[in-house]
Amino acid sequence: MPETVTLVVNGVSVEMPAGSMVSAAILKLGLTTFRQSVTGEPRGPICGMGICFECRVTIDDEPHCRSCQTVCRDGMDVRTDG
Amino acid sequence: MSSKTYDVVIIGAGIVGSACAAECARAGLKVAIVEAGIIGGGATAAGMGHLVVMDDSEAQFALTRYSQQLWDEIRDELPREVEHDACGTIWIAADDDEMTEALRKAKFYSDRGVPVEILDTHSLAEAEPQLRPGLVGGLRVPGDSVIYPPCAAQFFVDQALSGGAELFLGVAVETITAGSVRLRDGTSISAGLIVNSAGSWSPKLTAGLEVKKRKGHLVITDRYPNFLRHQLVELGYLKSAHSIATDSVAFNIQPRKTGQLLIGSSRQYDVEESYVDISILTRMLDRAVEYLPGLRKLSSLRTWTGFRAATPDKLPLIGPHAEEERLYLATGHEGLGITTSLGTAKLLVDQITGRESAIPVAPYLPSRMAQETVHA
Repeated sequence: MPETVTLVVNGVSVEMPAGSMVSAAILKLGLTTFRQSVTGEPRGPICGMGICFECRVTIDDEPHCRSCQTVCRDGMDVRTDG
Repeated sequence: MSSKTYDVVIIGAGIVGSACAAECARAGLKVAIVEAGIIGGGATAAGMGHLVVMDDSEAQFALTRYSQQLWDEIRDELPREVEHDACGTIWIAADDDEMTEALRKAKFYSDRGVPVEILDTHSLAEAEPQLRPGLVGGLRVPGDSVIYPPCAAQFFVDQALSGGAELFLGVAVETITAGSVRLRDGTSISAGLIVNSAGSWSPKLTAGLEVKKRKGHLVITDRYPNFLRHQLVELGYLKSAHSIATDSVAFNIQPRKTGQLLIGSSRQYDVEESYVDISILTRMLDRAVEYLPGLRKLSSLRTWTGFRAATPDKLPLIGPHAEEERLYLATGHEGLGITTSLGTAKLLVDQITGRESAIPVAPYLPSRMAQETVHA
């Protein structure tokens, strides 16, 4: 099993330790706005345990995925809405 | 104990009562509105808000068509939060029988001046790419639209209030007697006329009304803008909505202006409790996924139920009570109360003030029920 995986966040390659969550990969790039609220306010992970739904991003074209509950995979395409 | 006098007391500020109150105030009547809960908090809040022309019967067509024209007239006055969306409806034909029904419906509508467009397999897939392949076709009714009904009810109440109406909010009605309404807090309101527009609660206030609760479930998803463009309803809906004896589900889905999807529908009689019934909900969502396989990947945010106020002949009760003096009814709208609220308000006030009506009122008169009972 490889010790690292490489995924793409907003077009940028990020290498992460295997088993990391997508939210960690996004934060590693220094991004804190994961999505925007209905009224355009910035939103990012609050609870880190799948309850608050504030960390949602688009993963492989599927919108509203909770990045704090999704494990990084090789070749994954992640898009924030910041 | 206080006592006040009005020309009309409207009981129930759902969308029907609210529209009636606004129309009464416009006609110069002194109006009181009594609402036990919140404005538009019953079936008005639970339903989809589909402004739709229907053709179960000539009378149903006449009232829905007339009402839709009234909605079109006020479209530009509606506040933004009413979320009016002229998305149109597509009636979906899954097999040849349903396509025959689509063609019959197309003829019925166009004979009566409602614009329609017949879709074949390809044009249906082009109009709604998320639909499963292989559906036979459909019927597009571009004049149908969607609103957020509780805000429309609030808008009508505001119109009534600026026309001089008074609102008694948060107090339930204890009893209705000829010319008087007594509230649970002891307030007594005297009026020339009383209008029972309490929807599924109306039979509790007026004994003997042939209005039964018909439970429905809805699910709303997260925001997925452009997943759908039209409200979609299966033509098989006609088979299930007509079946009075059994629980039924039908594919009926609506895109909201927010990008959310409102997924229905279910119909159940003889269930008084509002709990979410998992077996019905599962059937309902399975049905929706049959038509839109991509739904399976979307997240739902909330599920709820509501009660339609259903009459035996699927037409509302609009007009004077058959026996009780000074009591009028505006109830029993089943799943069409949002659409037909405006037509109901006009027909009610026409009868109260002796105005001529734009469409015949006879099919909706409460006295038809008494006649049917005699013949039965």
